[in-house]
Amino acid sequence: MIRSNSGIRKTDVINRRMFIIGAAKIVIFVGIIARLFSLQINENKKYLTLSDKNRIREWKLPPTRGNIVDYFGNVIAGNLKVYQLHIIPEQVENFNYLLVRLKNLLDLSDKRIARINKLKKELKPWDSIIVSENLSWSQFVKINNYLYDLVGVKPVMTISRNYPFNDVYTHVLGYVSQPNEQEILDNQIIQERFVPGMKIGKLGLEKRLENHLIGTNAIQRYEVNAYGKRINQLEHQKGKQGSKIRLTVDTEIQKACGELLKEKAGSISVMDIYTGDIIAMYSSPSYNPNLFLFGISQDEWQLIRNNPLKPLINKTLSGLYSPGSTIKPIVALSALENNVIDTKFKVKCTGKMELYGQTFHCWKEKGHGWVSLKNAMKQSCDTYFYEVARLLGVDRLNITAEKFGLGKKVLGDYFDTEKKGLFPNTVWKKNNLGKGWVLGETLITGIGQGYIQTTPLQLCMMTAQIANGGFAVKPKIIVDSNPISYEDAKQSMESGLLFDTDSEKLLDKKLFKNQKNIKIVQEAMFASTNERFGTSYKSRIDDPKYQFAGKTGTAQVKRISKRERELDLELEQIPYKDRDHALYVAYGPYVEPRYALSIIVEHGGSGSKAAAPIAKKLFKLIIDRHDLRNKQSNFERITV
Amino acid sequence: MFQHDRLNNEITLFQKIKNLDYILLISVILLSVLSVFVMYSTDGGEILFHTKNHFVKLAVFFPLMIFVAFFNIKFWHNFSYIIYFIVILLLIYVSFFGIKSSGSQRWMDLYLFVLQPSELMKVAIIMCLAKYYHRLKIENVNSFTSITIVLSIIIIPIIFVIAQPDLGTSILIALSGLIILWLGGMKIKYFIYSFITFLISLPFIISFLKPYQKLRILTFLDPDRDPLGAGYQIIQSKIAIGSGGLNGKGFLKGTQSYLDFLPEKHTDFIFTLFSEEFGFIGSVGLLILYSIIIFRIVRIGAISRSNFARLFCFGYAFAIFIYIVVNLSMVLGLLPIVGSPLPIMSYGGSSMLATMIGFGIVLSAKINHKQMIA
Repeated sequence: MIRSNSGIRKTDVINRRMFIIGAAKIVIFVGIIARLFSLQINENKKYLTLSDKNRIREWKLPPTRGNIVDYFGNVIAGNLKVYQLHIIPEQVENFNYLLVRLKNLLDLSDKRIARINKLKKELKPWDSIIVSENLSWSQFVKINNYLYDLVGVKPVMTISRNYPFNDVYTHVLGYVSQPNEQEILDNQIIQERFVPGMKIGKLGLEKRLENHLIGTNAIQRYEVNAYGKRINQLEHQKGKQGSKIRLTVDTEIQKACGELLKEKAGSISVMDIYTGDIIAMYSSPSYNPNLFLFGISQDEWQLIRNNPLKPLINKTLSGLYSPGSTIKPIVALSALENNVIDTKFKVKCTGKMELYGQTFHCWKEKGHGWVSLKNAMKQSCDTYFYEVARLLGVDRLNITAEKFGLGKKVLGDYFDTEKKGLFPNTVWKKNNLGKGWVLGETLITGIGQGYIQTTPLQLCMMTAQIANGGFAVKPKIIVDSNPISYEDAKQSMESGLLFDTDSEKLLDKKLFKNQKNIKIVQEAMFASTNERFGTSYKSRIDDPKYQFAGKTGTAQVKRISKRERELDLELEQIPYKDRDHALYVAYGPYVEPRYALSIIVEHGGSGSKAAAPIAKKLFKLIIDRHDLRNKQSNFERITV
Repeated sequence: MFQHDRLNNEITLFQKIKNLDYILLISVILLSVLSVFVMYSTDGGEILFHTKNHFVKLAVFFPLMIFVAFFNIKFWHNFSYIIYFIVILLLIYVSFFGIKSSGSQRWMDLYLFVLQPSELMKVAIIMCLAKYYHRLKIENVNSFTSITIVLSIIIIPIIFVIAQPDLGTSILIALSGLIILWLGGMKIKYFIYSFITFLISLPFIISFLKPYQKLRILTFLDPDRDPLGAGYQIIQSKIAIGSGGLNGKGFLKGTQSYLDFLPEKHTDFIFTLFSEEFGFIGSVGLLILYSIIIFRIVRIGAISRSNFARLFCFGYAFAIFIYIVVNLSMVLGLLPIVGSPLPIMSYGGSSMLATMIGFGIVLSAKINHKQMIA
């Protein structure tokens, strides 16, 4: 009885205690369900994102750069399929054997082999190593023939920048190459789109228009496992090629410029005098930008770098030259505008001019006798311009010169290598050299020597603005969203006002007080080329279709000593470095002018012998292509 | 009536089958089938090593459960101490001659099957203590002698298991033992005192933990302190469960497990995979299935005439419950990571063997629920 009693009591205890446990169990299970609920329902989004982040890896592919085309739509910076060779280490059976095979097949250097071995250690076994960035077609075929024996090797076709005209546009376009760390950091867009192997613009328009040209990455999404190995491809998002950019340049003329300056150092610029379109802009010598795409070899680089003609300098924009006599139209214009002289004003040239005991020589030792403006310009009489400059003063000359674009950048911020040049005045000298202006300096400024420094493009623009009747042009090299036709440009110019799309202001285009003065200068320039005894008379074209007006210039690079003056050496007898720069500025056709150009041949001797004949050849081509260019005006408009 | 009871020993096979608890049985079968499918998913949707082995083990241990059930509960009562001692001997054997794997020595090679005796101890300790309290007079429950004896029964196997080292299993053994002490009527204040003592000595205990165990606790407190190292498991587990959402990603579509982000996905983290693929609904469903099993076991205990069967069933129900809670809390980031399998679902022969034997004894208690044990 006691036993059964205690048995019952024990059962009661067990049951009671079980009840407590049961309640606890329910509470705990509810707690677990609550936790499940919070993870799976409340925070589901967060964990789903985390899960996708875990499993999805994006591989960005290099974007395809936009094409750059010339005015006629010819591609001048395009993209080319290139053949590359990749190795995927995890698929390779015998890495050393493979390297020996590839070394023999592709002539790889030991350095390259060492680099591949280094990469192999750094990268994951499923990441591909680029063995060769640019296989020739024959190498590509060779590799494909031996592919059965090259396990783990993958020939890949990809896209790379290409400059079909090689060195023709180098100074305009620049080139692309692999960016350095700083360049990636400096540009947000490059930073976002950077992938190894991508190339960016290093110079010229390629650099300036990087953000337009760059394009967007194609993206491949892969599902990866916990170790980062790709399991399968989820989607391929196509990238957008960068914007197409159309330039104002004409490849035929640009090419001709290159031919005309072959083996010379110099520059040619051609500009539409109404629209400001730069039709050609060539700096000689040039170099092949394609060399930089896959890393230029040390030898080739040294060859370019050490060339005494300095191919790396864009002479059109960054070369600073004394304009020599090519400044005379501006001196004459300034004097006319300030009523210092008129067409009847005459000076007697005796071959030299004395001032405060200093002698200023005319290029013609015997002198030109009594000369008027027209004759002085025609024969480029220095004495006349010494006298005019003396009467005018450098400050008034400076005002006119700056109006016509000297001492200012022509293309604004498009080329960061462009130089401003210098047109001095008294204030400038005081501020910069700390000395007062001397009258003798005014005299030599009047013949384009001394402190004055101009770029070839500035001279071209100066000439254009004389040629169009004295109106400001806005030079441009890119066909913008809203290309102005030649007729519209001319009309708006002649009305004297132009609506500037950039600043949204009506700009006063008039650079003159009295347009008659412009006409006088134009006639003087015409005489210089087309009348007997004109300095560029030999380079004239009589056919009115091609007839042009111009002004020669011969810029001294060193002071001519008395002895040298007496010797009157032939060009070949002077050391190259000491020879004068030959310059020529011109515009044409004389009736209804359309184009202006400037030519400079470094150390080419006299402008009439070395520079003007180039203009003769060039003008024929420029005018011949005139109709073609007119027809092309409405060619597709491209936004930049 | 009395006569019937007396004749209980001669209960026929047919009656035995008829007396089985079919709700429990069906639940276990459901769980087994489910576990095979989940295992199939861990193998990446192919019948590979784990799926095959898991299935074979189920095919062997499920009949074993029925076999165990057909022995009278009295038989299991009689052999309780012996079974306990045998398992103790196995633990001793393992501590000397056991197979070492990843730094611990827990297994013995039985040629066909690698046995982990500590898993068997989880059931054996319940049997042993159930028998002890069944025989102990209620008046002596809180006597010094009896408390010393029951604590020894718990502590002896734990020493061996901790030495393996296997903290997770030793905690589960301790909890399984303690629940019988609780059910047996040990004074509540003893539990409270020892819990307070435990809390106070916790820093001391922690200083005795092995560096990797300390790391686990630190990681539990802040999984983000080393997301690719120690915290990796728990972070990936939470991502998998959380990303499952309401309906889950679908069978065989759990990206976390398929892409190898989940560690230990066959064993301790099996619930993570299940929850990723079947979502909140599936997870709650699984919990309900477990709850049914636990409830049925409790019910069998409640209708049992003998206190041995009663204590065993209640204790075993609690043990199953604790296994689930510890495992789920671990994968849900509520507890530090301690190795503890999810009953039936996790891959692992010894755990399944122990669980099935436990179910077998419960079923035996059901078949013989009118059996009195002197």
